[in-house]
Amino acid sequence: MSLRIVVCVKYVPDATGDRHFADDLTLDRDDVDGLLSELDEYAVEQALQIAGEADDAEITVLTVGPEDAKDALRKALSMGADKAVHVEDDDLHGTDVMGTSLVLAKAIEKTGYDLVVCGMASTDGTMGVLPALLAERLGVPQVTLLSEVSVDGTTVKGRRDGDTASEQLEASLPAVVSVTDQSGEARYPSFKGIMAAKKKPVEALDLGDLDLDADLVGLEGAWTKVESATERPARTAGTIVKDEGEGGKQLAEFLVSQKFI
Amino acid sequence: MAEVLVYVDHVDGAVRKPTLELLTLARRIGDPVAVALGSGAEATAAALAEHGAVKVLTADAPEFGDYLVVPKVDALQAAYDAVSPAAVLVPSSAEGKEIAARLAVRIGSGIITDATDLEAGDEGPVATQAAFAASFTTKSRVSKGVPVITVKPNSAPVEAAPAAGTVEALTVSFGEKSTGTKIVSRTPRESTGRPELTEAAIVVSGGRGVNGAENFHIIEALADSLGAAVGASRAAVDAGWYPHSNQVGQTGKSVSPQLYIANGISGAIQHRAGMQTSKTIVAVNKDAEAPIFDLVDYGVVGDLFQVVPQLTEEVTSRKG
Repeated sequence: MSLRIVVCVKYVPDATGDRHFADDLTLDRDDVDGLLSELDEYAVEQALQIAGEADDAEITVLTVGPEDAKDALRKALSMGADKAVHVEDDDLHGTDVMGTSLVLAKAIEKTGYDLVVCGMASTDGTMGVLPALLAERLGVPQVTLLSEVSVDGTTVKGRRDGDTASEQLEASLPAVVSVTDQSGEARYPSFKGIMAAKKKPVEALDLGDLDLDADLVGLEGAWTKVESATERPARTAGTIVKDEGEGGKQLAEFLVSQKFI
Repeated sequence: MAEVLVYVDHVDGAVRKPTLELLTLARRIGDPVAVALGSGAEATAAALAEHGAVKVLTADAPEFGDYLVVPKVDALQAAYDAVSPAAVLVPSSAEGKEIAARLAVRIGSGIITDATDLEAGDEGPVATQAAFAASFTTKSRVSKGVPVITVKPNSAPVEAAPAAGTVEALTVSFGEKSTGTKIVSRTPRESTGRPELTEAAIVVSGGRGVNGAENFHIIEALADSLGAAVGASRAAVDAGWYPHSNQVGQTGKSVSPQLYIANGISGAIQHRAGMQTSKTIVAVNKDAEAPIFDLVDYGVVGDLFQVVPQLTEEVTSRKG
């Protein structure tokens, strides 16, 4: 019996680029390059490692996003995933996390799965709630924020490092897992992997394929509304001194003037 | 006045500071009703009443400690059903966000995470958030359902506002999904005696310039002189010089203290994402061109091995 793994990935604006909002207060995608969210690379890596340990496994990478989001799927395929599913629909523009989790859950059910693997958060919205939302919607256990993960038969195990304790978790498949950036370095795609990725299947789905009503997604259907977005004023230039032997004392004077000491 | 549910983060009855901050914000939009779960839940009542909770709903059961997240969602949902609140506020911890998210699905509501401020609005509470590595400030509201909002630590002052704080036992029936993820074992993190990173009023961080785990004691000494938490950049964490739990940045923790002191940190966008909302920013770096200097209120271009110990000595002697 093959282990069916679905990895949810997101195509995000490059954080080193100049990110800003469009007139409708959604992300302006025109002015900044996109890429596979770095935190999702860890999810792909762990899926590959779990598949490597299984007798037989198949990895599907799944994304919801515009045409360009195919780049994120290609990157994951070049790392070694087997196939991809791309949910693309003009009506999806402006969908918030509630709508996205709904679309992903429908697409995961349609694809079929034993294990869903996510990154801990996207590097753009950084909410970190999508894996829990998916588990709730799919009605399966959440085994989230793992720095170590393994699958043994039909059991998934992992270590969750929290603020106050480190926990060993265990759940039966099917389940939703999310992994942190401590789960292990993500591999670089090899030349062979990049060439092979070009031939791997990418299935396109739209809202109709998922039996989803357009009024549950998009900007109009969103559960939240951004009322304003203002660029933070540039910080006024601070005082910068060169240490000539008294730098620590000068800094202490500043901290006194600000009442920190 | 409308009631507002406030999820209580506590350790064996000791209420953590972010929850007390939440009570300040909750009072702006209604009467806070606190929900405290697990071992020591009833012991939270005095502190919660002192900070404005009109009522404290408590529940304890082995499920809260034995299984991940879902039993707490079942309980918060029970409180929601009992109270019919105008909003649900939860501290923005990793677990808090997961609990809030699952509750939002169940009650058909939208969710806003990591709010840094909250005010009453004509169409419900309006939340302030930082976006794109804090280069933008947004104001948002939940447009469907009863708003579920998680709030970052240090977003509001802790204010005493004595209220009734009547304790009531909350009846919780756990769903069959609540035992889905078993917590097989738990190893408490060893306390350093320093404040928790995300809650601290002052954070002292070290980066690549610290140049080795063996040198981090210089950063720790400065932190201790100021009663601060210790942070580290991703470079320092990836090099194994400091634990990941102390990482500040896009893939680590997001901090918003009154004072942030960056030592030997260049200030790459990934680090800035985690500290840019700090009120006052100070940096010590050898490289005058380091991007961190674009953010600072006060910067020292110099060798941290000279500057930091001198600063620590000054702080110690002035405090002494």
